Amino acid sequence: MNRLTIEAGTALCQLQDAGRFGVRHLGVTQGGALDWVAMHWANWLLGNALAAPVVEVTLGGFTVVAGQDCTLALTGADLDAHLDEQPVRPWRSFRLGKGQRLSVRQPRQGARAYLAAPGGFQAQAVLGSCATVVREALGGIDGRGTTLARGQELLFAGGSPALREVPQRLRPEYREKPVLDLVMGAQIGAFSGTSLFEVFNRDWTLDSRSDRMGMRLLGPQLVYQGAPMISEGIALGAVQVPPDGQPIVLLNDRQTIGGYPRLGALTPLALAQLAQCLPGAVVRFRAVVQDQAWREQQAYLGRWA
Amino acid sequence: MSPRIEVVAIDSLMVRLFDVIDEANMPWILAASQRLRAAFGAGLVDLVPSYTTLMVQFEQAPAQARALIGQALEGLRPGAGNAGRRHEIPVWYHASVGPELPVLAARGGLSEAEVIRLHSEREYPVFALGFAPGFGFMGLVDERLATPRLSTPRKRVAAGSVGIAERQTAAYPAVSPGGWNLIGRTPVRLFDHARDGYSLLQPGDRVRFVAVSHDEFMALGGDDSPLEVQA
Repeated sequence: MNRLTIEAGTALCQLQDAGRFGVRHLGVTQGGALDWVAMHWANWLLGNALAAPVVEVTLGGFTVVAGQDCTLALTGADLDAHLDEQPVRPWRSFRLGKGQRLSVRQPRQGARAYLAAPGGFQAQAVLGSCATVVREALGGIDGRGTTLARGQELLFAGGSPALREVPQRLRPEYREKPVLDLVMGAQIGAFSGTSLFEVFNRDWTLDSRSDRMGMRLLGPQLVYQGAPMISEGIALGAVQVPPDGQPIVLLNDRQTIGGYPRLGALTPLALAQLAQCLPGAVVRFRAVVQDQAWREQQAYLGRWA
Repeated sequence: MSPRIEVVAIDSLMVRLFDVIDEANMPWILAASQRLRAAFGAGLVDLVPSYTTLMVQFEQAPAQARALIGQALEGLRPGAGNAGRRHEIPVWYHASVGPELPVLAARGGLSEAEVIRLHSEREYPVFALGFAPGFGFMGLVDERLATPRLSTPRKRVAAGSVGIAERQTAAYPAVSPGGWNLIGRTPVRLFDHARDGYSLLQPGDRVRFVAVSHDEFMALGGDDSPLEVQA
C-alpha cells in the first residue's frame, strides 16, 4: 500500500468522488466533487475509473509528503502547486519521489484543484461513496466526514502509469466572466417579467457567503409572484430565490428538499465552471431547454469514452 | 388523478400530484413511487418524495423519461391502507430536554400533561425526509399545539430532540442547529449508516409517539444531559 502523509490541510481539503445516489429520499445529500470535469481528468490521467476518490483542494493550504516513489495527477485550478521548490502545472501526471513534498498553495487561477493517485485514494465507502460531507458526518478517510488535516495518511494501491497531460484543446477554460447554462424550470414563469429579463441580461456577482451547499449571487432583486411553495426535492444546480430576491445556486451538499421558488437548474458543465469561481467573480446566465442541454452533455461525455 | 410533469433540471423531472398538504396524499405518493421505481429500473438515479410531489432523477433521455412517467402513472390507485411501516417512538417529555414544553402549554392555555397527551395520541404519517439524514417531517399536530419556529434557531439541538414547527413534528437524528420548539427527547436512534435501510423512518411510514418516564428513557439508552453539554 502506498501512502502520502498530510503535513497541512484545511476544512476545504476533502476526499471526494461522484457522491451518493439512491439515498436522497432518506434526507441524505449527494456530496461529491464540485468540479466533476477536473475530477474526471485527474483520474483519466492515471487510467483510473473517472469518479475514483480524489482530493479536492479549495483555495490551497494542502501539503503531502510521499512515503515512497509514486505517480500522481493534478487538475483543475492553478493553485500554485510545488514539488519541493519546483512549480507543478496542473492538467498532468507527475512523479513524486520518496520524501518529496507536494504543496498546493494559493489560487493563481480558479478555486479548486483535484489530486488523484493510481487506483484512487482508498477509504471505506459509506452509503456507496467516499464523498466527505461534514454536516452529515459521512465519508472521508474515516467514514465520519472528517476533512483532511495534518498527521493523516492517504492510502492508494500505487502503480506507475506513463506520464501524460490533458491536451490543451480539451482543457476547460476558466473564463473571466463565465456564461452559465441554466435549464429553465417550471416555476420560471412565476417571476416578474422584469426579473426574467434581469436574470439573463445582468451581471451576477458571487458572494463570499458561499460553500459546498450553495453559492449566493448578488444582483438586481428578483421578484417571485407565484403562490407560496410546499417543500419539494431539490436538484443539483437548482437556482432558488429566497424572499430577499438574491439567487442561490444549490450545490453538491445541498439539503434534499426545500420550499423556495426556482428559476431552474444549472447544467453540469455550468456547475463545473462555477466551481472554479472565487467570491467577487461575475457570471451571466443563459437560458437552455432540457432536451438540448441533455444532448450537449452526452456529447461532452463522449470525450472520455 | 392526472399528475403534472415539470422540468427541474437536465436529468430530473418533478411529478406534481397534489397542490395542498394532506395526509391522504401519502398512499398515492407511495403507490406512484413503486410504479416509477419499476418503470425506470436501473436508469433511476434518485426518487425524492415530498408532501405533494415526487422528484425523479434518471439516466434516460428527458423525452423518454417523460413518456415512462406518463405510462407508469396511468390509472394510478392509492396504495393499500397498510402501505408504510408503523413505529412507536418513546419520548421523555420534560422541560429539561424540551424547553418549549411549558411555552407551548402556556401558549395554548393547556397543562403540560395535555400537551403531551395531544402530541402522543395521534398517529402521524411521515410526509418526507429532509433537512438531515433520517429527519422525518410528520404531521399534522393538533391545532392547539401549532407554534411557529423559534425566531432565532438554536446553534445546537441534541440528538433525539422531539419538536414542533407550525403543525409539523419531527425528531432530530443527530446534533444539529435547529429552530423547532422542543418538547422532549427520544432514546431511539433514527439514522445509522451501518443499519439495513439506514433510516428508521421512510416516507409514508406512520409514527406514534409514546410518553415514557425518565427511568424508562434511561433504560432505553437515552441521554438526559441538557443541550449545551451533550457531545
